[in-house]
Amino acid sequence: MAPPPRSGDAIFANVDRVNAELFTLTYGAIVRQLLTDLEEVDEVNKQLDQMGYNIGIRLIDEFLAKSNISTCVDFKETAEVIAKVGFKMFLGVTASVSNWDPEGTTCSIILEDNPLVDFVELPDTCQGLYYCNILSGVVRGALEMVSMKTEITWVRDMLRGDDAFELRLKLLKQVPEEYPYKDDE
Amino acid sequence: MQFFGSSEISPSPPAPTASGNYGHMMYVFNRNGVCLLYREWNRPLRTLNQQQDHKLMFGLLFSLKSLTAKMDPTSVEKGNLGVPLLPGQGCSFHSFRTNTYKLSFMESPSGIKIILVTHPRAGDLREPLKYIYNLYVEYVVKNPLYSPGTPIKSELFNTNLDQYVRGLG
Repeated sequence: MAPPPRSGDAIFANVDRVNAELFTLTYGAIVRQLLTDLEEVDEVNKQLDQMGYNIGIRLIDEFLAKSNISTCVDFKETAEVIAKVGFKMFLGVTASVSNWDPEGTTCSIILEDNPLVDFVELPDTCQGLYYCNILSGVVRGALEMVSMKTEITWVRDMLRGDDAFELRLKLLKQVPEEYPYKDDE
Repeated sequence: MQFFGSSEISPSPPAPTASGNYGHMMYVFNRNGVCLLYREWNRPLRTLNQQQDHKLMFGLLFSLKSLTAKMDPTSVEKGNLGVPLLPGQGCSFHSFRTNTYKLSFMESPSGIKIILVTHPRAGDLREPLKYIYNLYVEYVVKNPLYSPGTPIKSELFNTNLDQYVRGLG
């Protein structure tokens, strides 16, 4: 029968990794360059989200291939898997899921530890910057590929003095599978 | 494999059970019905043009999937036949066999469908299909210059795929 889904730790132990500092500094350099190029902080937020989205729509396949996960229908289960397996596999940290609303369509992913911000402090000129906005884009892109349209916002941000990072996930719609060709083609 | 450092694709490929070339052809589709890849190793007879052939294959799988889900005796939640299902909802088939060929099928939750048509005596190909999905991830998805949703034109992927399928029994 199909092998059971693998845990985040097991996958993390088996994939190639890069030096964490190199990763953190590379990401920092990208954000820095975007700030220089786009000037507006809001534009940088948008661009980071878009970049994350483009990463997410590819990352999902690697995630599925390596984790042996065969279905993503239930939003609750999917959110757990992202937090426990996804974040572990690609960022090396484990996140937790909480604050479910009664309908089961909105929840929070909470990150206590985030390698992206290791050397970061927001200067006065960038107070509106969501430094880790790329992460919300990645999650949004990946979920869209498994037919879940979501809206993702930052509720807490350690760079703004909060005690953790909190991503709010709101499931807007699950898109059913449709026959892609028109009859007259 | 020097492009990917020392990384071996995990899990390593399941050992072929016998020698000989059993593969006829392979298709990869995405959710929108775009044929990302068509490989042919042994197909003496063609009756349709390529575009029709791809559409027919995709349509066959699409209909068969909704039929098999509808027939499922173990599940209560069944919509009417033809009502769109959510991806991953309902049961799914993994192969069928005729007297002249066997078709093996896998679909990822992200909507990638991999179809391998082989000799009817080929064994269970679910693990090999998963391995092919891993190849797709390594050589196609991770290629930064590949735009998702477009036909795959990767020599490296094709070479590795050919080699792997040739070794299947």
